[in-house]
Amino acid sequence: MAEGGARVELRGVGVRYANGTADAVHAVDLTIDAGTFAVLLGPSGCGKSTLLRTINRLVEPTAGTVLIDGADARARPATELRREIGYVIQAVGLFPHYTVAENVAVVPRLLGWDEARIRERVDELLGLIRLDPERYRDRRPRELSGGEAQRVGVARALAARPRVLLMDEPFAAVDAIVRASLQDEIARVHRELRTTIVFVTHDVDEALRLADRIVVMNAGRVVQNGPPDDILERPADDFVRELVGVDAETRRLALERPLIER
Amino acid sequence: MAHLGTHVALAGTALVVALALGIPLAGLTADRAWPRAVLLALAGGFRVVPSLAILMLALPLLGLGFGPALLALVVLALPPILVNTDVGLRSVPRATLEAARGTGMTERQIGLRVRWPLALPVVAVGVRTATVEVIASATLAAFIGGGGLGDYIVGGLQTSDFSELLLGAVSVALLALAADSALALTQRKLAI
Repeated sequence: MAEGGARVELRGVGVRYANGTADAVHAVDLTIDAGTFAVLLGPSGCGKSTLLRTINRLVEPTAGTVLIDGADARARPATELRREIGYVIQAVGLFPHYTVAENVAVVPRLLGWDEARIRERVDELLGLIRLDPERYRDRRPRELSGGEAQRVGVARALAARPRVLLMDEPFAAVDAIVRASLQDEIARVHRELRTTIVFVTHDVDEALRLADRIVVMNAGRVVQNGPPDDILERPADDFVRELVGVDAETRRLALERPLIER
Repeated sequence: MAHLGTHVALAGTALVVALALGIPLAGLTADRAWPRAVLLALAGGFRVVPSLAILMLALPLLGLGFGPALLALVVLALPPILVNTDVGLRSVPRATLEAARGTGMTERQIGLRVRWPLALPVVAVGVRTATVEVIASATLAAFIGGGGLGDYIVGGLQTSDFSELLLGAVSVALLALAADSALALTQRKLAI
């Protein structure tokens, strides 16, 4: 797998759950260019996580097609696809019976890399997310703080050099200071690797801080898709205006105060 | 010594059979609502039926001896194994399984590398409970001619020989304690 990102295209993607009458996601058309940091922003229940999970087929769309660099995601086994797409979740989900190094090595092992290459890659990744390999390699997840655990979660997702990284509210469970530093880290990692990142959040500040493009969702539909400036200055409708408007006020105020109070 | 041998053979066989039945069965039903409800109801049922009653019920079907005693002990050993396997598998956090799926593990790999290893400490507690119960209850086999250390107790009761009765009771207790300590050690090694 090469460095850099892949283009992700959703064509008419819909998700209807077996028991549901309403669609969780309704005919979404969305193109995310290679190397873009795209943020899916919206209130809880708007379908943003469901939409994200159609990209690595943890949710199978009931309508439409997902294309990764032009190739239909359904063209090969879901497990094979997922090994080439990083996935980070809010609850982190590190394997408690594995060390940090073993957690990071999960996907390379699934792909059958040799042990020397895996060891080298693990240290490289721990360096990338700024955890000293000597100190952290052999720790267990229960010995990590929330912020450290999520760094390892990110390292695990990046281990096999995926060209797409999916992040589902990854920093929502940590406190504000740690969140800010994790946001800095992921922004830096994105600058270094140019991986295509699709990042789900309900936090407008976070979206504005990280995104090249913001995709605003409401009730299973995309209501606006554009660069952060556009979303702030030219909200497409009242929903978007209200979503960013109130928060834009707070954000301006917040920026005038030191980080620690945010 | 022959009594001790029979006792260990009886308890050991009962445990092996209960493990071989219980663990896969609970594994199969853990994620299926209906089968799981049936299994847990059965486990609850088995738990409240006194082993002596099962022993007596087995008599007309299997006759006297090792066979019916074994059946009664398997029934006795199953509930803790079934319930703990079920609880162990279901207590693996959803996030852990979601993350495992997200890395591209197959369902089989998720089971072998993540779910079962994480369930194992809880399963081990069930095995330990079952072991102690089976060793203690194998004593009852003597009542239907199944042999074992219970023979001392039955014999002691019939002849009012207190020391013989005591020999049986104490040796059963020691055997159960020894097995329990051995399993406690193993369990500590499994802890995550």
